[in-house]
Amino acid sequence: MPVTKMPDGLSEEITPGHPLIHLLQIKTKIFITDLMGFVRKLKHHPSALIGALLIIFFLVVAFFAPAVAPHDPFTGELSERLVAPSWLEGGSSQYVLGTDQQGRDLLSRIIYGARISLWVGFISVTISVLIGTLLGAAAGYFRGKLDIFLSRTADLLLAFPFLIFAVAVMSFLGPGLINLILALTFKGWVEFFRLVRGEMLSEKTKEYVEAAKANGQSNLRIILSEVLPNIIHTIIVLATLRMGFFIIMEASLSFLGLGIQPPDPAWGSMVNEGRQFMLNAWWLSTFPGAAILVLVLSINLFGEGLRDILDPRLKTE
Amino acid sequence: MKSIKILERLLAAIPIMIGVAVLVFLFVRLTPGDPVDLMMGSAGSVSQEEVQALQEEFNLDKPLHTQLYLFLKNVARGDLGDSFTQREPVTNIIAGALPATIELAFGAAFFAVLFAIPIGVYSAVKQNSITDRLSMAFSFLGISMPAFWFGIILIIVFGVKLGWLPISGRLDYGFNFPSVTGLYLIDTVLARDWPAFKNAVLHLILPSIALGMQLLAILARVTRSSMLEVLRQDYVTLARAKGLREFIVIVKHALRNALIPTITVLGIQIGVLLGGNMIIETVFAWPGLGRLAVDSIFSRDFPLIQGVVMIYAFTYVIANLIVDILYTYINPKITL
Repeated sequence: MPVTKMPDGLSEEITPGHPLIHLLQIKTKIFITDLMGFVRKLKHHPSALIGALLIIFFLVVAFFAPAVAPHDPFTGELSERLVAPSWLEGGSSQYVLGTDQQGRDLLSRIIYGARISLWVGFISVTISVLIGTLLGAAAGYFRGKLDIFLSRTADLLLAFPFLIFAVAVMSFLGPGLINLILALTFKGWVEFFRLVRGEMLSEKTKEYVEAAKANGQSNLRIILSEVLPNIIHTIIVLATLRMGFFIIMEASLSFLGLGIQPPDPAWGSMVNEGRQFMLNAWWLSTFPGAAILVLVLSINLFGEGLRDILDPRLKTE
Repeated sequence: MKSIKILERLLAAIPIMIGVAVLVFLFVRLTPGDPVDLMMGSAGSVSQEEVQALQEEFNLDKPLHTQLYLFLKNVARGDLGDSFTQREPVTNIIAGALPATIELAFGAAFFAVLFAIPIGVYSAVKQNSITDRLSMAFSFLGISMPAFWFGIILIIVFGVKLGWLPISGRLDYGFNFPSVTGLYLIDTVLARDWPAFKNAVLHLILPSIALGMQLLAILARVTRSSMLEVLRQDYVTLARAKGLREFIVIVKHALRNALIPTITVLGIQIGVLLGGNMIIETVFAWPGLGRLAVDSIFSRDFPLIQGVVMIYAFTYVIANLIVDILYTYINPKITL
């Protein structure tokens, strides 16, 4: 299939049978075959499959939270405060995981909390990937002063332990969802930058890039349509593994009281609130923390599976 | 040759440290709003003189580049300013909190290494056995676990339900021994105060486990995989062919070489210990640097925040530097 030159502007009418449509069809077919192949491989990788299924479960629960949650997560009956989980003495079948200090249903709050964790994890990883990939590709491809500047900035940011840096940023920005995402991405892009820059440096010397250059393709086009497709798998694997990490960081910041603020049901702040009732209501801290553990565990299981399937090269351990 | 390379490394760390100081300086200056208002936010009613004194103290009446120059000059001299809340030089406050953090970090690293290496070695030797699979599943759990939650679970189980171990602070009231190093385990030994030593050890156990668990998990995985690699090498086969006992082969021939990646990872993961101690110190009311950082943020004590963040970053840079240098001695094949 010869690659047709893109028309300048959209003056040319695109009709069925147009080479561009044909190309698109082929690309779609390749994508679907790839996807099917991936799903088939996933079946033979039990831990990754379990991870994937659990992630889907969390996504469904988070998306349909209003329908799934048995109670309102924000209001509770004070007369029903600190009710034990249903299987314990003093428990009520109405509140499966018990209630908190304000009589709110713990299960419902955990269900709504999944939204925050998934959302923060997804958005901050996405932004980090976009910024890191863009800057990494530019630095690795063009080198020069831009590369020196960006690489030094990355080195500087790497001098801070992640949580310390995020805490410092949050202390100046103040708490809240947007600030939380900002604090995570401020440093989060560096890993992707370093990955993409390194890959770009080695890909750049390969023959297909030389060929594309000789062909007169623009730099932007070479980066986007020649090199990036070759390293996208590596980026996806790293992004998945980082998502679990970002979720733990969000939970840690919320736990410290610097992230999502009560009454919003972030898992980290729920663990923190429950700490005061550790002596007589152990479930308040235990279950939201267990939810973090299971979500991060499934993301990591899936991520490691992805690495084995998509990018066996990365398997260094 | 080697010493020149090491010197180069040391010199390369200097711009990073200056960069850290500049970034920390900019943090406060770039925060929206007047720094004085921010700093005075918690102090309630403030007189005009106090505002002026503050402006002078932080050189806020001078242009930004002069401010930066003066700030860097002070940092280079080891002067990080005075804390708002404690009215004491920041360096003194940090120096007071540092021993607690160092003791906890060593406790965590000790716990992690103590268990990680045997687990990793055993898993590699018995590859794919049930024990191997279980310990790898366990280490995967350790990596995915939020440290603050694990700490709380430890408190609930061993402190509250079983009542075996103390759950907060470094020492119970009523012990008295001279402070020499600030590290209680050493100070109590120097004073031959054994009840206090025992008390300090007991206080150290749960926080060390909570802080060290993730490190344990990572180290066990690394040790296992590098052991697996080493066990396939010719010299291990040779050692076996010579008829040496399997234990000798594993420990003397294989493990020595397999430990290189473990040590590297241990160095790299010092960052995990540093970041994690904020969380663990909060959970266990441990009076170290991490607690200080969190407290200073809530009291909006900006000089203290600046100082603590800078110390964290400096420690991190220096730790990585030491690992780099040590690495060349352990593995002569690597050049810096």
